[in-house]
Amino acid sequence: MTETTSQPIPSQSKRNMFQQLELDVRLLGMIGAFVILCIGFNILTDGRFLSPRNLFNLTIQTVSVAIMATGMVFVIVMRHIDLSVGGVLAVSSAVMALVQTKFLPTYLGLGFDHPLTWIIAIAIGLSIGTLIGAFQGWLVGYQSVPAFIVTLGGFLVWRNYGWLFTSGQTIGPLDKNFLVLGGVSGTMGEAMSWTIGVVAVAISLWAMVSSRRGRIQHGFPAKPAWAEGIVMGIVTCAILGFVWILNSYDIPSRKLQRMFEAKGEVMPEGLEVGYGLPISVLILIATAIVMTVVARRTRLGRYIFATGGNPDAADLSGINTRLLTVKVFAIMGFLCALSAVVASARLQNHTNDIGTLDELRVIAAAVIGGTALAGGAGTIYGAILGALVMQSLQSGMAMVGVDAPLQNIVVGSVLVFAVWLDIQYRKRLGAKI
Amino acid sequence: MTASEVKTAQQRRIDGDTPLVELKDICVSFGGIHAVDHVSVDLHPGEVVGLLGHNGAGKSTLIKVLSGAYQMDSGEIRINGNKAEIHNPRDARSYNVETIYQTLALADNLDAASNLFLGRELITPVGLVDDAAMEAECRKIMGGLNPNFSKFAEPVSALSGGQRQSVAIARAVYFNAKILIMDEPTAALGPQETQMVAELIQKLKAQGIGIFLIDHDVHAVMELCDRASVMKNGQLVGTVNIDEVTDDDLLSMIILGKVPKQAVA
Ligand SMILES: Nc1ncnc2c1ncn2[C@@H]1O[C@H](COP(=O)(O)OP(=O)(O)O)[C@@H](O)[C@H]1O
Ligand SMILES: [Mg+2]
Repeated sequence: MTETTSQPIPSQSKRNMFQQLELDVRLLGMIGAFVILCIGFNILTDGRFLSPRNLFNLTIQTVSVAIMATGMVFVIVMRHIDLSVGGVLAVSSAVMALVQTKFLPTYLGLGFDHPLTWIIAIAIGLSIGTLIGAFQGWLVGYQSVPAFIVTLGGFLVWRNYGWLFTSGQTIGPLDKNFLVLGGVSGTMGEAMSWTIGVVAVAISLWAMVSSRRGRIQHGFPAKPAWAEGIVMGIVTCAILGFVWILNSYDIPSRKLQRMFEAKGEVMPEGLEVGYGLPISVLILIATAIVMTVVARRTRLGRYIFATGGNPDAADLSGINTRLLTVKVFAIMGFLCALSAVVASARLQNHTNDIGTLDELRVIAAAVIGGTALAGGAGTIYGAILGALVMQSLQSGMAMVGVDAPLQNIVVGSVLVFAVWLDIQYRKRLGAKI
Repeated sequence: MTASEVKTAQQRRIDGDTPLVELKDICVSFGGIHAVDHVSVDLHPGEVVGLLGHNGAGKSTLIKVLSGAYQMDSGEIRINGNKAEIHNPRDARSYNVETIYQTLALADNLDAASNLFLGRELITPVGLVDDAAMEAECRKIMGGLNPNFSKFAEPVSALSGGQRQSVAIARAVYFNAKILIMDEPTAALGPQETQMVAELIQKLKAQGIGIFLIDHDVHAVMELCDRASVMKNGQLVGTVNIDEVTDDDLLSMIILGKVPKQAVA
């Protein structure tokens, strides 16, 4: 940031190069901060932080908050807030746990681990989350109760419904098929993960090429071919690198041996098998893709951003902003229930404190990821990266052995600092905050 | 072109043709304030009717009833002689009523094309928003309206007042408005851009569009309008033919609330 005064000409041309790449400067900044964070923790932990094992765990720990953070982007873009996400997660988890351990096996007589159980449980859980969200959205949109109040109430109400339903007991162990969605117990293996990675690269490159072709066809300015090539290279490396990391965490040989014994086979000497992509991460990736498409390429998304930018303009343009509010909160509720699936499957039980403080993590992830509380601005990938930064910070400090109170002090300060930095950045751009 | 389309708005009124828009006996109140108090105005195709009056006279409130932003307490709206039910901006659009609001109704965080098509996006066969097609259309219409306009990729918050105004105007013009409402369209503009708006009004008028023009500038009204309706304290002072009055007549209507005797339209 200091080079601008001394050497105006080179810095100018450098900026042009970045402009031509059309990379999101804020995204680069966040990735940079994240990389520094990782390297720092890695040095402090003698290389344990960046070990495949820790990166794998970090990834599956981030999923639940990241899924909800994508929905929080929409809520905050609409100038609302949702303080109830942890509570909605808890009640959805409670209901799903009861359905799969009590209602279906015993009362309906399907027995334990019936192949339909997990599907029915998840369908019910997702419906409940969506309904709760829609109800809160109706209170906000049609009854004009501020979202802060509605969801502050929800923060107290929903979790405690879960408590009432379960009489405060831990419910588990959950259905065997359901547990596959949690992380460690459900991974794709190395070969499948590479396949998925290669397909993902192919689709991304195809999407970029076709979008570029579209711009050229219409005669719009497109970025130079070399810039496009660099961006494509970065995307390819990122996807394949991610798969490579998750593939390099090997299943412990004791566990592998047991898996072979279960099939009645003998494990070959010196065999090493990586976990590969966890199914929960695939759920997150699918969520991210769908939410990004909704945000950028659908009317719903366009209206969410327009309403956040200028609610009156949206109204006068004939957008039904009340119904839109219901939809946005319903999406948030759905994603809370989806997170409940991943979170309870990862923990293998439903406990009453599941998702406690998640509302704060989720809001922090969205805000660190560049969602403006004033509304109208935010990205899905930013929120996911925000969730990853929060989780890394927390587990990194735990690994280093930072005391619990100090951990919270750091996380809180980082949140405020990140938003302050963001405001400075926007001011320099001359944008309204 | 049929004979009736060549007729001037003045001739239509003399012949007693059905007006394009009739606002009859409209009342709107906010709490105890009668913002619009039994006001009636009408508009013919190809006619520009100026709405004049002090700040707070009720001009914006009156036209917002027609654009669907406000609900009237009593009164009637007729379009082409038929009673029109306008309860929200979508209803108004379905009658081809387009409005350029005094406070520009643009979403600052979106680009020009997204604003132009807000609420009426072009979509691809699979139902996704077709940004490329919208940008292409936007470039086309802006090329005609404001050839210097080039900031298609930026959010409209990065535009000047005049550029923003041309986006707002483009939005009203693009969708085949038959009835156009312009609430102080030149308030934020420099002389050159004001001239652009004046030319546009002439062009639209020639196409047979009926225009309600709210403007503070009496000279502009004298130049652009066929008739003028003056409001004061929520009530209609009167409606006059522009070629039968002077600037001073209009000013005295605005300030004193008196109609010159010779010129009641
Ligand atoms: N949404 C509203 N709520 C309350 N009062 C309003 C509202 N809109 C307009 N008014 C009042 O109605 C009167 C007419 O306002 P307006 O139609 O904006 O005047 P004009 O456009 O002629 O300057 C004013 O007294 C104004 O304060
Ligand atoms: Mg006004």
